[in-house]
Amino acid sequence: MAQRIVVLVEHLYGEPTDVTFELLGLARRIADSDGAIVEAVLLGEGVRHLAETLPAERVILVEHPALRYLAPEATAITVTGLLRTDAPRLALLPNTSLGMDVAAWVASALDWPLVAYCQALERREGQLVATAQLFGGKILADVAVGTSPTVISVLAGAFAAAALEPAAPGTIEVREPPAELAALRTHAASLERPAAADVDITRAEKIVAVGRGIESKDNLELAEELAQALGAVVAASRPLVDAGWLPRSRQVGKSGLKVKPKLYLALGISGAPEHLEGMKDAELIIAINKDPKAPIFGVADYGAVADLFDVVEALLERLGG
Amino acid sequence: MTIVVVMEQVPDVAEELAIAPSGTDLDRDAISYVVNEYDEHALEEALLLAETSGDEVVAIGIDATGELDQALYTALAKGAQRAIKLTGDFEGTWLSTRTAARLLAPVIEELAPRLVLVGVQAPDDLDGQLAPTLAALLGWPHASVVVGSELVNGMVRVRKELWGGITMLLELALPAVLGIQAARQAPRYVPVSRVRQVMREASIEVRDVEVTSDLAPVPVRLRFPEETGQAELLTGSASEIADRLIELLRARGLL
Ligand SMILES: Cc1cc2nc3c(=O)[nH]c(=O)nc-3n(C[C@H](O)[C@H](O)[C@H](O)COP(=O)(O)OP(=O)(O)OC[C@H]3O[C@@H](n4cnc5c(N)ncnc54)[C@H](O)[C@@H]3O)c2cc1C
Ligand SMILES: Nc1ncnc2c1ncn2[C@@H]1O[C@H](COP(=O)(O)O)[C@@H](O)[C@H]1O
Repeated sequence: MAQRIVVLVEHLYGEPTDVTFELLGLARRIADSDGAIVEAVLLGEGVRHLAETLPAERVILVEHPALRYLAPEATAITVTGLLRTDAPRLALLPNTSLGMDVAAWVASALDWPLVAYCQALERREGQLVATAQLFGGKILADVAVGTSPTVISVLAGAFAAAALEPAAPGTIEVREPPAELAALRTHAASLERPAAADVDITRAEKIVAVGRGIESKDNLELAEELAQALGAVVAASRPLVDAGWLPRSRQVGKSGLKVKPKLYLALGISGAPEHLEGMKDAELIIAINKDPKAPIFGVADYGAVADLFDVVEALLERLGG
Repeated sequence: MTIVVVMEQVPDVAEELAIAPSGTDLDRDAISYVVNEYDEHALEEALLLAETSGDEVVAIGIDATGELDQALYTALAKGAQRAIKLTGDFEGTWLSTRTAARLLAPVIEELAPRLVLVGVQAPDDLDGQLAPTLAALLGWPHASVVVGSELVNGMVRVRKELWGGITMLLELALPAVLGIQAARQAPRYVPVSRVRQVMREASIEVRDVEVTSDLAPVPVRLRFPEETGQAELLTGSASEIADRLIELLRARGLL
């Protein structure tokens, strides 16, 4: 039988998320190079209609109320059971909030190797090599993927999405939910949407984004002034939002919002993978950072290794107030 | 009752990192270590929980750097009641998450806590995050990317962040393992003098443990990201940089 590459389908509010199609695209490319088949694992409640939208040869469907929101325990137990029976060549999970909780749990429970934070997966001289992004994006690790079943958790936004049309209509295989779902120790999962925001940064054409380099809440005024002069809005990296300096609606990145403005001016942001996930598709990225090794320079079109305060001041002088 | 917090020291990624000649690890001599910032949040969340529940907070860590004492004394100074360090034949090595979990699990089981709090991730987690790995080994429920927790009616209620402000609310039976993204408030500050005082008065319990081999992926090769696609650097004084930026924005119709 052909080897299998399994992809866990992430969905939210009844729709597969972008990363699901990125994983399916990645699985397709690897499968094409070695004759494997791509299997999408679709877990949830009332999600059968999603199966037809998934570009995969086979969709394994498990439905159960406890799987409705893909909460960690139920999802991890179900995925573990499926993988134990099917022993695919690769299991690809998203390195998202939902996927993170499942990948490491499953790999540990099965005693399979796991490569996390994967940003590239390709065959080199006949050997499958996964590249993981570590140390805040400053270092890459190339890991040889052995021939035994391996779990890989893949960064969102790192791969091109699969075409929406399945090559051939996939078959749907319904499986019984595992008995353990009747005795879960996770109760009452629900989702909560954020409160309405004053500014929608996903619609802004120009963004002045500030990071920990701004140092204090008082200094945010400088960013506001610059944003006003440029006709931009102020957004931020996560630590500033955690500190309560700006509302959550201004956060760019993995757990914040994905933005694609015409201009993204990053001030004092290091460019951790979780931040880049939210802004690397901006049309023009300009970064000001004191550290020449800051990963933000890897995605920026223009950069200056400089003190952000000096540059902002000089910009304000020129743009007038 | 007990709440366990796991403290790990990680390379400070704000500093310049060097790769060891072997190519399979960082140059450990050139690293300065800091406590994983998410572990600081895990400790803060544990202390906040314990302030209302009266639980005893136990900080535990694997001393892979030979420098863990400072972090554990700081945890004691902040309000943890006990600190335990695991020592063994792994100083200066890169411990996989799986190995760390296997070293920690028996000690945690012995402490029989009702909650284990760890940082959501660490910069060197090549084989995934510690919270779900530990949870699988212990057979306890878990959630990570947690930004708030509350002990109620023998359960822990947690708020797990997805993205864009969307959160998942969960209730986990105890004992449970949480991967903390952010504590309810910024980690508390403790003056150095207080840490020094604790160093004189309190002691860290030491347990010798043994590493057995595991299935963690072995990095073939570490490297720096390629320079391709790297930013065109604007040089000169701040004024010169500002002039160039304004030129650039004008040329693109952005000003
Ligand atoms: C599950 C998860 C989800 C996450 N989601 C997000 C997310 O949505 N968004 C997000 O941003 N992060 C997110 N993070 C956090 C992320 O990993 C980083 O910690 C964060 O992006 C770092 O923010 P920063 O760049 O502002 O701070 P730092 O990494 O501390 O960088 C500050 C930078 O400022 C520079 N600097 C300092 N002073 C100056 C100066 N005077 N002039 C110029 N430069 C200066 C420094 O050189 C440094 O590069 C997430 C983490 C996890 C674990
Ligand atoms: N990583 C992300 N950051 C912010 N918003 C996202 C992210 N992924 C998806 N979304 C948004 O979440 C909603 C549902 O996601 P999707 O099903 O992927 O379209 C859409 O409005 C997306 O734009």
